[in-house]
Amino acid sequence: MSEAPVMTLRGRMARLAGSGTIATLALLLFALWAVFAIAIGDRFFSVNTLQSMAFQMPELGILSLAMMLALLSGGLNLSIIATANLAGLTIAFVLTRYIPGSEGITWVGVQVLAIAAGFAVAALVGLVNGFVIAYLGVSPILATLGTMTLCKGLAIGLTHGNVISGFPEPIVFIGNGTVFGVPFALIVLALCALPVAIMLNATPFGAKVYMIGSNEKATRYSGIDTRAILLKLYVLSSLLAGVAAVVMLARFNSANAAYGESYLLVTILAAVLGGVDPFGGFGKVGGLMLALIILQVISSAFNLLNLSQFLTLAIWGGILIAVAAVPHLRGRAER
Amino acid sequence: MPEKLVASFSRFRRSHEFWLLIVILVLCASLGLASSQFLTVQNLFDLLTSYAFVGILALGLLVVLIAGGIDISFTATASVAQYVALAVANAYGANWAGVFAIAIGIGGALGAVNAILIQKLRIPSIIVSVATLNVFYGLLIFFTGGKYIYSLPDWFATGIFWFEFEWGKDTSYGVNLQILALAVCFLVTWLLLNRTNIGRQIYAMGGNADAARRLGFHIFGLNMLVYCYMGVMAGIASLVQAQLAQSVAPTVLVGKELDVVAAVVLGGASLMGGVGTVLGTFLGLALLAILQNGLILLGVSSYWSPFFVGLVILISVSATAWSQRERRTRRARP
Repeated sequence: MSEAPVMTLRGRMARLAGSGTIATLALLLFALWAVFAIAIGDRFFSVNTLQSMAFQMPELGILSLAMMLALLSGGLNLSIIATANLAGLTIAFVLTRYIPGSEGITWVGVQVLAIAAGFAVAALVGLVNGFVIAYLGVSPILATLGTMTLCKGLAIGLTHGNVISGFPEPIVFIGNGTVFGVPFALIVLALCALPVAIMLNATPFGAKVYMIGSNEKATRYSGIDTRAILLKLYVLSSLLAGVAAVVMLARFNSANAAYGESYLLVTILAAVLGGVDPFGGFGKVGGLMLALIILQVISSAFNLLNLSQFLTLAIWGGILIAVAAVPHLRGRAER
Repeated sequence: MPEKLVASFSRFRRSHEFWLLIVILVLCASLGLASSQFLTVQNLFDLLTSYAFVGILALGLLVVLIAGGIDISFTATASVAQYVALAVANAYGANWAGVFAIAIGIGGALGAVNAILIQKLRIPSIIVSVATLNVFYGLLIFFTGGKYIYSLPDWFATGIFWFEFEWGKDTSYGVNLQILALAVCFLVTWLLLNRTNIGRQIYAMGGNADAARRLGFHIFGLNMLVYCYMGVMAGIASLVQAQLAQSVAPTVLVGKELDVVAAVVLGGASLMGGVGTVLGTFLGLALLAILQNGLILLGVSSYWSPFFVGLVILISVSATAWSQRERRTRRARP
């Protein structure tokens, strides 16, 4: 009889341990650094290694931010990769269709227009998601499963699975260029993460998102238009997928209906590892960024050690379980 | 007796399954009119054979969803079970009972790993299964190098062909491994959920875990059973798939988990637990299968098939949510 209240208390404490998660992650990161420094040596800290890490992180990072927004509200967005690919193909289509033969101001104009078209497509998908979830009351996992299949189907139907490639210099720069040695894509990630962090921590909108994630009904009954908030949130999530689309197509210098599909579950893994509660209400952008660095450090180190990337996947999974188990184990040790 | 029948029919008429059935019947009728190949025994057997893999996995997932959990590691579990069972059969020789015992054993064991992590470490099932999907799959490819197995034992490659009967001049049909396994899994899952005490306990636990615990249900044991059942289904499905594909490809199954989720939730199972039926899952699977099959028979390019599947999922879940809301508001304003 007495077990149930203790359980919920413990559950609540585990949820409140968001700051504890960041401490755990920082410790883990230092431990990994120490281990790999011994195992690999100076090569691990070379400029080349750091730069290649900085080039690989942004795609997954921006996509994870998109996933995190939906998770914070107690939802899920399975359509981010499909949205990114559809937006990417839209951009690629406009570029390859109108860039050849254009010069001067039109040349610039077409590139701006292409990216705007990509964001418009992403926003449209976000509107559909938000409307179906917030106003029709469909559970987010089902709604986004539908739009995911729909977007991917549209992309495959229109391109027959072919790759569209060959973009102008400035677009390619977004994915491959550096500014004072810092990859431009990493700057794009920072330009996404900072505003999202500020929005979540320092605006009424952010506070309402956390409240919806903790208890949607209570939030609605306290006079907040939860449906409008959720609609905006899913549009934002989709727009972040649009940013990821630009980075992705710039890095590969091509777009395709099936790029980055294996990222989908990894974005959930990264977000949860970063302390985002999969049931909503808790999680910080800082934690997510730490988690991304941890995943990237493991991946790069294994690469340098010539270990299979599939072993990296397995280790990522193991670390997720270990970090997720910490609150429970700590709670048991304290009693 | 008739009154009871009328009552149960009127209950059925309000259910999710009823509307699904209507949609499927309309779809079948129009496809039958549009294509002479659709309503044939040949097509029925082909459909059952090719959707057996997804169908068996869907049954396992149905039980997990009813119990209030979720598992998406089953494609990795299936890949491991398939690889080990057939690699052992190739190396040491085995028979049908042998390969099924190995696949079921491995599936059950990996399911138990999930259950232990979820229950003993109190980690939500979605996190555990995202993690174990990566662990099982990563380790499998690490140790096998991702190599395909093309040469299968002769008896396995031949498969089975029961109750053979002639149809027309030179075509004959029979119950093959895929259809047999699908039928047995449907029957066993239906019995488990509807005719056993444990089945009722699984529904109760999914509906309200706290209440079930206070009633003295053995929560750990029930969860263990549910996740092992999912693993066992993954093991069986993996052999069914390998027999159909005539090879073992460790990298092709992972990534298909959302197809299975789609079939189960189209069938009306709730992700909140406590809700879902075997009939609904069958109808959800049938809807997806008939839709994809019908598009091909109508001559629609297969490139467009996912688009229509997505459209049907989106419309179906929206319509369900909408009708539930209408019913709630009608009840609120008498």
